[in-house]
Amino acid sequence: MNSYTIVIIIIIYLAVLFYIAFLAEQKRQSKWVNNPYVYTLSLAVYCSAWTYYGSVGIAANSGIDFLPIYLGPVIAAPLWIVLLRKIIRISKHHKISSIADFISLRYGNNRFLGALVTIICLFGTLPYISLQLKAVSETFAILSDENSYISTTVIDDSTFYIALLLAIFAAFFGTQNTDASEKHKGIVATVALESILKLVFFLVIGIYITFFLFNGTSDIYENISVTDNFKALTSFGQVEDGFNWFFMIALSFMVVFLLPRQFQVAVLENNREKHLKKAIWLFPLYLFLFNMFVIFIAWAGKLTFGSSANAEYYTLLLPIEHGHTFLATLVFLGGFSAMISMVVVSTLALSTMVSNNLVIPYGFLDKFIKNQPDRNSKYIKAIRRVSIFIIIITAYFFYILFSKALSLYAIGLISFVIIAQLAPSFFIGLYWNRGSSKGAIIGMIVGFCIAIYTLVLPFTLESYLGTDDFRQYGLMGIEALKPYALFGIDFLSPPAHAFFWSMTFNLFCYLTFSLTSKGNYRERNYAEMFVDSKNFNKLQDSALVWKGEAYVSDIKNVLARFLGEKRATRALNIFFTKYKLSKDTQLADARLINFSERLLTGSIGSASAKILIASVVKEEQISLVEVLKILEESKENIVSNKMLLEKSNELSQLTSKLKEANEELMSKDRQKDEFLDTVAHELKTPITGIRAATEVIMHDDDMPKEIKAQFLKNILQDSDRLGRLIHNILDFEKLETGGLQLDLKHQDIQKTIVKAIASISQIAAKKEVEVVNNNVHSFMLSYDEDRILQVLTNLLSNAIKFCSSKTGKIIVDYKLGNDCLEISVADNGKGILDEDFHYIFDKFYQSQDQNTRKPEGSGLGLAITRQIVEKHKGKIWAKKDIKNGATLVFTIPFK
Amino acid sequence: MKKILIVDDEPNIVMSLEYTFKKQGFEVFIARDGSEALELLKHHIPDVILLDIMMPNVDGYQTLSLIKASESLKHIKVVFLTAKNKVSDIEKGLKLGADKYLTKPFSVKKIVSEILELIT
Repeated sequence: MNSYTIVIIIIIYLAVLFYIAFLAEQKRQSKWVNNPYVYTLSLAVYCSAWTYYGSVGIAANSGIDFLPIYLGPVIAAPLWIVLLRKIIRISKHHKISSIADFISLRYGNNRFLGALVTIICLFGTLPYISLQLKAVSETFAILSDENSYISTTVIDDSTFYIALLLAIFAAFFGTQNTDASEKHKGIVATVALESILKLVFFLVIGIYITFFLFNGTSDIYENISVTDNFKALTSFGQVEDGFNWFFMIALSFMVVFLLPRQFQVAVLENNREKHLKKAIWLFPLYLFLFNMFVIFIAWAGKLTFGSSANAEYYTLLLPIEHGHTFLATLVFLGGFSAMISMVVVSTLALSTMVSNNLVIPYGFLDKFIKNQPDRNSKYIKAIRRVSIFIIIITAYFFYILFSKALSLYAIGLISFVIIAQLAPSFFIGLYWNRGSSKGAIIGMIVGFCIAIYTLVLPFTLESYLGTDDFRQYGLMGIEALKPYALFGIDFLSPPAHAFFWSMTFNLFCYLTFSLTSKGNYRERNYAEMFVDSKNFNKLQDSALVWKGEAYVSDIKNVLARFLGEKRATRALNIFFTKYKLSKDTQLADARLINFSERLLTGSIGSASAKILIASVVKEEQISLVEVLKILEESKENIVSNKMLLEKSNELSQLTSKLKEANEELMSKDRQKDEFLDTVAHELKTPITGIRAATEVIMHDDDMPKEIKAQFLKNILQDSDRLGRLIHNILDFEKLETGGLQLDLKHQDIQKTIVKAIASISQIAAKKEVEVVNNNVHSFMLSYDEDRILQVLTNLLSNAIKFCSSKTGKIIVDYKLGNDCLEISVADNGKGILDEDFHYIFDKFYQSQDQNTRKPEGSGLGLAITRQIVEKHKGKIWAKKDIKNGATLVFTIPFK
Repeated sequence: MKKILIVDDEPNIVMSLEYTFKKQGFEVFIARDGSEALELLKHHIPDVILLDIMMPNVDGYQTLSLIKASESLKHIKVVFLTAKNKVSDIEKGLKLGADKYLTKPFSVKKIVSEILELIT
């Protein structure tokens, strides 16, 4: 096929992808973009050109060794529901934008760790991208016209332009938003589409080769089984092969989480956690379909070409060989799709890391000018765009310089082993809170160096020096340092060997340094948050143990630099509302610090966010002991403190209640004593009178008749007095205990008042006190006449008692109140003492000097009166602020 | 002739005492409360005073204190006759200088013998 035709096809194809991405960005909320199938298909970015072409190559040369790379993810998939969900949750909450951010945050926003992860990812991914470019370039060559096309300079190398186009695509759709934790719907949609295309095209070619070029799988098997080295290709050789398999499966298990592009699609682009449920079975199914025909294509290719052709491109060579250019073009496009999705997603992920974890925290932070959020966000986007171009172009040159000589499969495994160096700090850090940044950093560096030494260095030196001395005899000829057989382990394949040793040392360093180093409080804090994700919601904001001083206004200024004044204000308002804080809170607390850091993390990465916030915060160091105490004991303490406080409050309440009750009891006791005293005195007086008179009469027979009559009259009088008193006491007792039933009748109050005045008229006349009935109108209402009569009589006789003889005047009056009748008895006597005012109606109450002043009456009169009035649901009181005398008022409600 | 002052606000009780002491040959003076009694004491000096405690205006304790404070009166024998029979009341009365403390209700005969015993 003419190479220009291919270029045109490529351009059309890319245009379609641009359009799809554009549509998806336009309809971000559509369910076509947000569903578990798109999510699962985007995960299939795992199957890059390496899978598309490389698997067949391995199958042809080493049999089923291509499988472990897919078995690892298949084993990992069911665990996603636990493991990936936890990672997704943490990432969403902290607005994590890359795996570098994730790891650096886990170890306390460690800036250096973030940068280190970024560098490892760069080293791991650049060869991988270059591998993709190599595949495209080579397939392009095969498809156009073998041998006729040899690029000599960059300028006329179509791969370079394809790389540029991809950079434009990634830069355009990857940096729509400054906040890198935002979703990239356009890119995800195209990745999903490409995943369908590459699978379909691969299946098509698989079916074509198996069923059209050959007569099905058994035909191929019968043909291949008679070739020389068939047995070696289809069976496990020795125990060593078992080790190789084991390490390869472990390797692919890890990298399906750790590859920057996998982290990007699986974690950062995840919309809903429930999408995972579909992905855990659909993704393994996808991988199975993809690998179904690999072995048959490989055998078919071997049968057709022997060992004369590059086995990695059998899928392309077979249809061309049989003149099916169209099929070959489809295969090319499938491989192209696999390549595009991998390159775009990887560069996107890497550019975010480079900008947020390398460029911004190391040198660009000061460049962000206050109060210019637009400019600042332009800066951030520019950094990312430049990063994307640099990454792709670097990958291109890497391809020109190194990759041409290597197989796709070899390059892919180098990437895997390098990326796997993140595994200990990533996985163990999720479940072990002692894992420290020191351990993570040292483990990664050591593991990385070993991986370079055992995997990258040998072939690099070989291709530069043209000798394999290094590989053959080891560093400086030391046997134990042979790169492919470190310390004498010579039975593993180079990648498995490199993986084994790098991981062993990495793990050892990580664990050792984590156990021996204490780490700082901030680190421990985040560790706790990551590990204890069950209580994640609770831990969220308050978990950050933080001591220091910060002003809300300073923090707001920092936020405004990146979010703009409006968004910063809004974010803070949301925060204040959430925690029910006042809008004009001055001092920031740990929650606000944490909240602000998270807000910035999406834009500039967690390490930079921490540095920026720290620049306006006067933070005090807390010792680790303090942190541990706070973290581990706070929950218990809070609970028990709360309980103690409640109990103590309860107790003090009880105590005060008890005190009150006691005082009341004592006062009642006193009242009772006083009452009994009074009653005793009142009872004794008439009895004394009676006893004395009787004795006198009894012992004096010749007493004059008139005197005798007077004595007898006295006895009679005292007896009556005694009877009245006893009646009063009983009456009061009845009222007090509520045993009295009122005999309510509708009647005229006027008549009752007249009766009452009549009953005391004799005493009044005797003392020459005038009694006036002021209101002579009738008024009908319902009451117990005997009882109200008692009330009036009591009040009247009381008034007479306090009036002076001859000048005394008593006025009885009544008027209508709102809902009751108000009856008053006023006198011009000596009035009521101030100190007695509130107590005159209290039962048994008598003046201070009651012990010595002879009370006129039983002391029960007014108490009984009040009881009766209250029984009628009325009120009784003494009027205040009157010039002289006393005015007592009581009410009877109308009902 | 012996003179006795009866201070009480209960007329019925006073009447019985007055009749009995008159029959015994006493000259009897009567006051209804402390102030009346003190007024009366300006003109008559009795041999003995029979004093109630619970009375209006000036009570028995006050009256006794005033009597004991007066040079011309303090030699007069004073007997309390009251319904207050608590130990604390009795102690208070005797401490103030009362010669006897008798409680109500009482036997008239007993009162007479107590008084006679006191003044002879």
